[in-house]
Amino acid sequence: MTNTNTSPAPNAIKHHLDEATLLAYSAGILPEAFNLIVATHISMCDTCRADAQAYDAVGGALLDDATAPVSADCLAQTLAMLDGLGAAPVKQATTGDFPAPLHDYVGGDLDSIRWRPVGMGVKQAILPTSKGATARLLFIPAGAAMPNHSHNGTELTLVLKGAFQDADGYFARGDIEIADSDVQHIPVADIHEDCICLAVTDAPLRFEGLLPRILQKFVRI
Amino acid sequence: MLDCNQSSSREISSGSGPLTPIAMAGPVKLSRRRRVNDTDEKHTQPVWIDEMLRVRDSRDKAAFSALFSHFAPRIKGYLIKSGADATTAEECAQDVMTTLWRKADQFDPTRASVTTWIFTIARNRRIDMLRRDRRPDPEDLPWGPAPEPEQSHVLELQQESARLVEAVSNLPQNQRKLIEQAYFGEMTQAEIAEITGLPLGTIKSRLRLALDRLRHSLK
Repeated sequence: MTNTNTSPAPNAIKHHLDEATLLAYSAGILPEAFNLIVATHISMCDTCRADAQAYDAVGGALLDDATAPVSADCLAQTLAMLDGLGAAPVKQATTGDFPAPLHDYVGGDLDSIRWRPVGMGVKQAILPTSKGATARLLFIPAGAAMPNHSHNGTELTLVLKGAFQDADGYFARGDIEIADSDVQHIPVADIHEDCICLAVTDAPLRFEGLLPRILQKFVRI
Repeated sequence: MLDCNQSSSREISSGSGPLTPIAMAGPVKLSRRRRVNDTDEKHTQPVWIDEMLRVRDSRDKAAFSALFSHFAPRIKGYLIKSGADATTAEECAQDVMTTLWRKADQFDPTRASVTTWIFTIARNRRIDMLRRDRRPDPEDLPWGPAPEPEQSHVLELQQESARLVEAVSNLPQNQRKLIEQAYFGEMTQAEIAEITGLPLGTIKSRLRLALDRLRHSLK
């Protein structure tokens, strides 16, 4: 296999999504940026896929009771629409660098990302999503550290390539870290390979140093 | 607003386990939809599967009409509870049903019950309708829907789905209300974090195990 999109072996993923995020994804109430990271993780993680499908089934169970009568000609109108409708496309696994949902947002593979430096060799690219949360790709050179930061809200970080270590553990490809406002962490990329992550926040990060705080005004972290 | 002191109800299990008898959400409405009367058999007949497979495999409009008559009012009700006005909700319910027609070849009875599958389509339509946000879907599993799925897998998944429907409808009223609020979009993400201690985790766990086993058996 030459591409990096090969699914990790079944038990390779150690850090999973939490139940609340999976339920919120299934219920359909997450901001777009969170939907993106959940869909990308599920594309790589069968465990969370099964969990999400079980939460979908809870939604189905609720649907059972929510009835409102439809108008008399509703069925006839709908039947008239069916002819000539083509089949809907299937969301196939990609053969590129990223799982399909992320590939759509990046608009291609790794080489199509327009990175912006944020200091100390770290680069980022913000992905277009609706307001309420921000999704960005992060590039941390092998062995380098992210600037020391904490969060006002929740930050989810999904490893796409390489690995990083912080106080919460070691995160490799497919692993997702969930950090709330209590966590002040310094992720350090594994020495063997540059690390690329998808990171989603629902509030701006808080950097500890003065320089990163000034930079933050310009780079929209 | 949320009463989260529900830890004592964590022991509630699906189907066979003891269910807290306080404030039941109402009688279990199974006989209305199931075409079997023998209660011992009530979990063995997949619901709406025949109609769905006829739509999928033979583009059967009579089967579609039967699905429509049952599900369109439920989809409309779900969208109204989610904040849509009646006219918009009905238009969107029509959209959901035409999407069912277009996506029928993606329906896989080893992975979802018909009700679950329709819920996911309605949920995505609701996001489009209310928020104009995109909701990216995970990529499809590499193996895709099996042309001739193992009947035992179909049965297991459908049985567990039916048990889950029953368990949800048997939840105490206050718990069920909280879960509805989550699914009908009346809760924030943070509020949802507070309700995952409810027996929801337990009642879905058997279905989750069935989905998990399925995954391993396919590998």
